[in-house]
Order: sequence, then C-alpha cells, then structure tokens
Amino acid sequence: MDIIGPIMVGPSSSHTAGAVKLGRLARAMWNEEIRKVDIYLRGSFAATYWGHGTDKALIAGLLGFMPHDERIKDALNIARERGMEYRFMSEHIDGAHPNSVRFVLYGKDKTVEVVGASLGGGVVELQEIDGFSLSLNGELPAIITFHKDQPGVVAAVTGVVAKRNLNIATMRLHRQGRGGRASMVIEIDGELKEDAKEEMLNSHPALMRIIFMPSLESDIK
Amino acid sequence: MRSFEEILQLCEVDLEFYEAVIELESRESGKDFDSIYASMSFILDAMEQSVNSAIKSDFKGRLMKDEAQRFGEYISQANDLLSGKLIAKSSHIALSVSQYNSSMGRIVAAPTAGSCGILPGLLFAYNNLYAPTRDALVMALIVAGGVGEVIQKRATLAGAEGGCQAECGAAAAMGSAALTFLKGGSSEALAHAAALTLKSVMGLVCDPVAGLVEVPCIKRNGTLVALASICADMALAGVRSVIPPDEVVDAMRQVGRALPESLRETSKGGLAITPKARTLEKDILSQISPLSEI
Repeated sequence: MDIIGPIMVGPSSSHTAGAVKLGRLARAMWNEEIRKVDIYLRGSFAATYWGHGTDKALIAGLLGFMPHDERIKDALNIARERGMEYRFMSEHIDGAHPNSVRFVLYGKDKTVEVVGASLGGGVVELQEIDGFSLSLNGELPAIITFHKDQPGVVAAVTGVVAKRNLNIATMRLHRQGRGGRASMVIEIDGELKEDAKEEMLNSHPALMRIIFMPSLESDIK
Repeated sequence: MRSFEEILQLCEVDLEFYEAVIELESRESGKDFDSIYASMSFILDAMEQSVNSAIKSDFKGRLMKDEAQRFGEYISQANDLLSGKLIAKSSHIALSVSQYNSSMGRIVAAPTAGSCGILPGLLFAYNNLYAPTRDALVMALIVAGGVGEVIQKRATLAGAEGGCQAECGAAAAMGSAALTFLKGGSSEALAHAAALTLKSVMGLVCDPVAGLVEVPCIKRNGTLVALASICADMALAGVRSVIPPDEVVDAMRQVGRALPESLRETSKGGLAITPKARTLEKDILSQISPLSEI
C-alpha cells in the first residue's frame, strides 16, 4: 500500500523528497559532519530547483534530515548556523539524467565526489562515487567496495557477510576493464557493524576502500 | 493487486473490499493484517495533521495567492451553497492541503504530492459532517489505497507518464471509492465509483505553469472532489459503468501513452504555454538569481 504516502514535505516527490534522499546518500558516503560542499545541479534540477525547494531539500539531506522533516524549509539557515559552507552551481553533462546532481564534499584531508539522480516518485539512484559508476537506491543497507579486479575478492567480502549471519539481497559488480579498477555493491538485509569493515579490508589484498551505507528508508516509510 | 476483478472475487467469498485489499497486499508483501492496518492508521493521522496545519497556514505562492482562505471564508458565511456542504468543505480542504504542499508543508502523497489534497479533502469533510468512527476512516483509506494500486499496476500514477488523469484523476477515483464505502456501498459499487470517476477525467493533461505545482494543480485538487462525490452517489444509486472498471483503467493507460510529451509534465503545452503563463514565468525567472555555470 505504498500508493498512499510517503509522508513528505512538498511540493514534489522527485524534486523535493527525492532531493532530500540524494543529500542523505552523499552524507552517508562522508560519514561525518559536512563542513564544505559544492553542489552542481543538472538538467531539470538546475532549471526548476527554485520552484521546488530542491536547494533546501539537498542541503536538508546533507544535514541528515528525513524527507518528512518540517525543518527542510529552513535548511539553508540551519546549515549556516551549523557552519556548513555550501555553493550551488549548474553544469551541463551530455547524457546525464535530467534530475541529477553532483556533490563535491571537502574535508581536511579528503574530498569525495558523489553523483545521484532522482528517478521519480521519490526513488533515487546513487550513480557515481569519485568518478566510478555504480548503481544503488539506498532502500537497503549496502556495502560498496573499491578494489583491483582480481580473483577471490567477492568470496572474501561475502565470506565476512556470511560469518555475521546476514543475508545478501542483491549484488552487482562493476569494473573498468579486466584487472583494472573495480567496484562491488552488495545490498544486505541488515546493518553491518563498523568492525566488519576492518575484517573485510584484511580479507583480500586487492581491496582498497570499503563504504558501509545505511538504509535511507525512514522509520515510518 | 492487478485488477478490480481480483479484489471483487475475494469479496464474493466473504470479505469486505478493504479486507480483500489487505489480503492481497499481505500476499504480495508478506506483512500481516494488523501491521498493514496499523500503517494505514498512522498515515491517516499524518493526513489529518496536514489538514489541520494547512487550514491554519498562510499561503503565498509564486503564482497563487490566498484562494483557499478566500474560499474558506465564503463557505463559512454562505447560507446556501450551490455545491452542497460535502463538496464545498472537501474543496476547501483540498485547496488548503494542496497549497500547503506548494509552500513546502508536510503532506501525505495520495497518490502523488501534486494530487495530495483530494483524498484528505473528501475524508475529512465527510468526517466533519457525518462523524464516522476512526476505524471507518482507516478502512476508507485502505479502499482508496486498493484502487490506487490497481491503477498503478494497470496504468500509471505519474503525470510524466500519463498526464493529470493519472494524478488528480486517480486521486479522485480513489476518493470516490472511499466515499462510497463510508456510505455503505457494496464492493461492486466501490469499484464502479472509481470507474465512473476515471471515465470523466480521461485524457486530462498535465500542464503546470512555469513547472510549478500551483497552476492548474491546486485548483484541480479543489474541483475534482466534486466529481468524486457525484460518482459515489451514482454508484450508491446502482449506476454502473458500462465498461468494466479494469477495462476503464486499461483505456486510461492507453490514453496516457497516446498523450504527446508536451502534455505530460513538461510545461511545453496546454495552459503552460499560454501568453499569460509565459508572462508569469518570465516575471518569476527575473527574480531568481541564476546559478553560475561551470
């Protein structure tokens, strides 16, 4: 009965609720309070953001708000109060999804770039992390790995998941050519504890980086 | 829920329409009866909150002003409402909730944000005038959800795919079935109330001015409650759609696909390209500081 709902701040499921979720995706990648961010709007996001509060919604997501949070309206002020520095720009990328956005998050010694799209009805897709294409909708908790394309990586990572007695819902592999950079997205039916990350990284020498993504789904729906 | 037929078959055995909807939902999702009922009850509470907040809120849109407030004052003072109390009150709530959505208020998409006023309008105007039990309102919401599921499975609920018939039209069909339920209509009558409504919105285009969820969206929320109400009365009277409800939804899908892209939420046709719309759009854009492009 998902037809009625979600409970959300208007006016648009794709340009407002979806935008909040995209901000949350970027925040989940960063895993700490965001101090500085550049946001590049594409296509319809760039053209109509002002009419749908897309800018407020994206920032609200970066602040960790849910799509039904009534503070979304004041997100820009709240971000400034919390010391988040943000800039909005537009960019045209051939072939990009019409409702998409690129975040560049800056920290003391790291930068993360995240691209995501709002597919309609509040459904979103994480499309790129640091230039690497992948696909993830954030409905379930997920493991994202970055590794060299070598035998045994999948078995090593899924072995850790199995040991924790968690069920794998979906799994996708992406690689930039044989033996090149590769990535794996595993959606699981429960959250993994942080210490599993260390165990995974030690499980195979080809693993370079692992991100644990919490589910974007709210407690209500 | 792939069809009205499927729901009505279960009703023929011994279930009420809303029970059949829960049964089918339960088979699909694996959730039990109580948890589905509880989540709909929770949504009804959120919907009521949106109504209360919306009625109290001041609205200043980019294109619309205080139409809902104005209408609310009119119906509270008028001795003789041409449309009758239920329609007038439903319309006032629908306009208010829809405006509230446009000004970043918290609403329940029903089925979408652009059509979020219709269902709360009908349910809470009915609540105000007839004081049904809370459970009856939850059941009515479940009935509406079942109708929406069938429309989504057989056609679409997205304006970008099927035009406004798929958003405000679907919401009105859902609301019409809900009203028919509240008034004690048979399961067959509920399905036909939805069908009668859809037949009268078939082909309705999605043509938002300046791409905003304001014109004509808000007023369509305010007017389609009337269609939902009269179709419920017809269904209660025993009027039946000659074309079976599932076939009406199939026709709606076919019509949606046949709509040119310019009339499916792109703001490239219909009201969105009238001279007045162009002027309004230009005015708004002149007040927006453009994003720097890289």
